[in-house]
Amino acid sequence: MIKDLFTKPKKKKYATIPSEAAKHDVPEGIMTKCPNCKKIMYSKELTKNLKVCFHCQYHHPMNANERIASFLDQGSFAEMDQQLTSSNPLQFPEYIEKLEKDQKKTKLNEAVVTGTGRVNGHEVVIAIMDSTFRMGSMGSVVGEKITRAIEKADELSVPFIIFTASGGARMQEGVLSLMQMAKTSVALKRFSDHGGLIVSIMTHPTTGGVSASFASLGDYNFAEPGALIGFAGRRIIEQTIREELPEDFQTAEFLLEKGQLDAVISRLDLKEKMTTILDIHQPGGDFEWLEN
Amino acid sequence: MVGELEFEKPVVELRKKISELREITKEADVDLTDEIEKLEVRLEKLEKEIYENMKPWDRVQIARHPNRPTTLDYISLLFTDFFECHGDRNFGDDEAIVAGIAKFQGLPVTIIGHQRGKDTKENIRRNFGMPHPEGYRKALRIMKQADKFRRPIICFIDTKGAYPGKAAEERGQSEAIARNLFEMAGLRVPIICIVIGEGGSGGALALGVGNHLHMLENSTYSVISPEGAASILWKDASKAKLAAEKMKITAPDLKELHVIDEIIPEVKGGAHKDMALQAEAIHHALVQSLKELLPLTEEELIANRYEKYKQIGEYAVQTDNEYISTTYK
Repeated sequence: MIKDLFTKPKKKKYATIPSEAAKHDVPEGIMTKCPNCKKIMYSKELTKNLKVCFHCQYHHPMNANERIASFLDQGSFAEMDQQLTSSNPLQFPEYIEKLEKDQKKTKLNEAVVTGTGRVNGHEVVIAIMDSTFRMGSMGSVVGEKITRAIEKADELSVPFIIFTASGGARMQEGVLSLMQMAKTSVALKRFSDHGGLIVSIMTHPTTGGVSASFASLGDYNFAEPGALIGFAGRRIIEQTIREELPEDFQTAEFLLEKGQLDAVISRLDLKEKMTTILDIHQPGGDFEWLEN
Repeated sequence: MVGELEFEKPVVELRKKISELREITKEADVDLTDEIEKLEVRLEKLEKEIYENMKPWDRVQIARHPNRPTTLDYISLLFTDFFECHGDRNFGDDEAIVAGIAKFQGLPVTIIGHQRGKDTKENIRRNFGMPHPEGYRKALRIMKQADKFRRPIICFIDTKGAYPGKAAEERGQSEAIARNLFEMAGLRVPIICIVIGEGGSGGALALGVGNHLHMLENSTYSVISPEGAASILWKDASKAKLAAEKMKITAPDLKELHVIDEIIPEVKGGAHKDMALQAEAIHHALVQSLKELLPLTEEELIANRYEKYKQIGEYAVQTDNEYISTTYK
């Protein structure tokens, strides 16, 4: 018996082979697997790195809350119009149930969060769309909240910054969704004519009616690396023209090359670059040397 | 007659029967006048029943009718001295949109409209009335010219939508549409928009930010085609008929939703049955709109557009929502 203690234990005669599903399974919460490079990393570390993959720079989706925490000065955000919710204007079947389900899931009441805040001290009005709520689709509430945010920026004479993330118009509100494109654009025009600064940062995905309205109307139009941006869906285009599209079609990088964007900016550099832009647009400034 | 639609078949059949009886009366030695009269009364009743109770899907069929009058048809019936202008000065000329200057009862105006074809050849030339970015940019160029010379702008909306193609995306379809919405908001002249056929999504809206927005009785205006909605919502394109009802896309629906100003009545059975008569109804609506808008100042016109779009949309204010007190870091 004692002898047994000094001998190596015999090799097990069987081994558990992980199933196909289990191989890809990563412990929920603690670890995150990058869908792009398939490498596994600590979720906490990833969050600290603004959810940008350490290995391949893939930008993991960010919800509105995380965006606020990462972009605005700590504690500076004050939300507006959080009491607005959809009234199901077309009495569309199953719509309210879908909304309630997403409210529970996301702890948001709609697909955009708006409010005032500061970026390295610069006062701004900000709107952040969240694609986890009904694919970030735009209905009456999203249109109204964004319009009110633009009006707020106009009233305060501060820049308006919008992070877009949307599949497009919200089907269940029909033509009212479509008209939100006009409503937000008309509001931006007034703000712009008053000299207001508009910055649009397109995140994954920005398509359809949102891309064909405020997302494209910035004085500066930026995008996050790899974001899908376009008017029509890839499948619809392929069906229409009957040819396969290039892999990078409608990515941020593709649009930059085609002249549709000012820049593609990594999330890790965004706050700093935005501060530069806000600095340059700051009224007044330090140029006494001109007078001498 | 060609181009009769499914829902009006009973009317067509009855009409055929009446003309058959007439032939018989003429040729044979029998007097069927009584019979014919009776049938004519029935026809009138039937027409009333069918055309006054059109379902959304019936209207979709009329709006898409191949013989439905197009922008150029109405231009020749409503205006004089039309002079078409081409090109966006950047890329090319998109014939899915026509733009130009003309006179309306002596008043100089600018006209812009989607243009589809009535046969395959013309449809290919016009890309089925589905514009590329250069079409929208041409429209904007001509609208800015109208602004410079203080001419009212009249837009005819008739498109399935902006063209979903590779080149269109590369040249900024989204930006072109967005830019039009933005710039139309600030034009200092009256803008009157009339949906004459299909108003398909952003591609229609890009000519649709006006002081007045009217729809022909059997036209449609929608965020997506009924087929598209059905395939997205229920993964079944054959439910288009149901989608047409649920999506609220007809002129009476949009009037109820406070999106449009006036419904322009259509000729019985649809505008294609009598183009000239239809143009008269549009003429009447244009006169009314111009009478209202021409006296307004530049600031009033811009403010009027702002208020018009600001009020569109319905939402609830919920103070007891459990998600409103989310805390932010």
